[in-house]
Amino acid sequence: MRHFSYQRAASVEDAVRAGPGAAFLAGGTSLVDLMKLEVLNPSRLVDVSRLDLRGIEARPDGLRIGACATNSEVAAHPEVKRRFPVLSEALLSGASPQLRNVATVAGNLMQRTRCAYYRDLATACNKREPGSGCAALEGWTRMHAILGGSERCIALHPSDMCVAMAALQAVIHVRGPNGDRDIPFGDFHLLPGDHPEREFALEPGELVLSVFIPFSAAGMRSRYVKVRDRASYAFALASCAAGLEIASGKIRAAQLALGGVGTKPWRVPEAEQALQGQSPERVAFQRAAEIAVRGAQTRRDNAFKMELARRTAVRALTLAAEGA
Amino acid sequence: MPPNPGRRDVLVGGIASAIGLGLLDGCATVPTAPAAAAPSDLVDLSLEVNGQRRALRIDPRTTLLDLLRENLGLTGAKKGCDMGQCGACTVLVDGQRIDSCLALALQVEGRKVTTIEGLARGEELHPMQAAFIEEDAFQCGYCTPGQILSAVALLAEGVADSDGAIREGMSGNICRCGAYPNICAAVRRLRGRG
Repeated sequence: MRHFSYQRAASVEDAVRAGPGAAFLAGGTSLVDLMKLEVLNPSRLVDVSRLDLRGIEARPDGLRIGACATNSEVAAHPEVKRRFPVLSEALLSGASPQLRNVATVAGNLMQRTRCAYYRDLATACNKREPGSGCAALEGWTRMHAILGGSERCIALHPSDMCVAMAALQAVIHVRGPNGDRDIPFGDFHLLPGDHPEREFALEPGELVLSVFIPFSAAGMRSRYVKVRDRASYAFALASCAAGLEIASGKIRAAQLALGGVGTKPWRVPEAEQALQGQSPERVAFQRAAEIAVRGAQTRRDNAFKMELARRTAVRALTLAAEGA
Repeated sequence: MPPNPGRRDVLVGGIASAIGLGLLDGCATVPTAPAAAAPSDLVDLSLEVNGQRRALRIDPRTTLLDLLRENLGLTGAKKGCDMGQCGACTVLVDGQRIDSCLALALQVEGRKVTTIEGLARGEELHPMQAAFIEEDAFQCGYCTPGQILSAVALLAEGVADSDGAIREGMSGNICRCGAYPNICAAVRRLRGRG
């Protein structure tokens, strides 16, 4: 690990003031890991974990979750379980109890890819070292993205929480040197394109304060399905967050996002729209799943993900239709 | 090496010999040893470990695991993967289990840390330690301190209400010997005893 200076922020204002050029430290499960590998080398750490950013608060129209609430706290919260079962399930399907006790909402938003080449300084990686190339393109691609990649990067987005939040259409509230602003969830993570090193729509020094999730009928009837190489404690090969609002035997509204397949949490509004007005049955789910993986580009080791993602989506929609 | 070397002395000596013989030369991706922090870079840290208040001056880069093992000589928490994937380094912080390899020691300033060394009361084993012995829940023993602390926390969390829930709740602790059935039996033995 490289040298860094460490500062414990006394207030949000203190943190934002210190922000530009520094890395914010919350749980550290991602950041400290990548600093040990010398993939991330911030010269200054600003510890925001002691700030009053852990609350989970019900508003008239939604739930506001503090940036530093831990995965365990959010997953166990009664309002989260009642209003957004998909979020609780997604969180509990990720990592291990030890990690969930420490990992935070904002840290999970900023979770970096598990691409083996990104984590290995001996290989080329445009995300880690812009312009150096991408060893994954001709490498072992079992755990790489089939959606949203570019000729410079096919690194998979690893988060489960983010897949649920994408489906739920959360809004991220940030504060920076130029004040506060809200970022729609779909705009927060950037596609790699020509600049895979740019991962988030954050300006220098901006600190995530909270995530707002609007209440919805579909959110209350939502499920998360994750398929992985072992029964627990593994990243997704494919996952799906699905929520349905059903009235008079027809789907009134749908929420759908895929994980384990995209370079960012993969929400496809066209697939959601295709479900509207349909009977909540297999044929409609299969059509939505087909739309959700449209444009996928598979490689040597991950062609199986196409079918796996489709089946995972159908399964999640089926469970959502069955209700809690 | 001391006249009557302990297991750790042998291990440390063994690794040093391996390096001396150039056996690790192929490991091109091992990060170079970090430069020691200048004295001016050291920072103060105060925390409670196994009921004892400790005040230290440390390199800010020190992880909680390294602090316990290297600065405080508490080698019960093990360095398995050192990247949050095995659970051998599990300790309790304010009663909650965490992977100590992924926490900077500075993050636990002022907190209460419990390691395997702090679990027994004098000569009397913690019930979970005793259950692990009764159920023969380990072979090589390397993952065991982490397993036991994780199991203690799992019972406190109150979610181990089925065998499936025990397996899921213990999934953050890998056992390369495969003692899982007996580990689950040890947890099951204590479940419901409050």
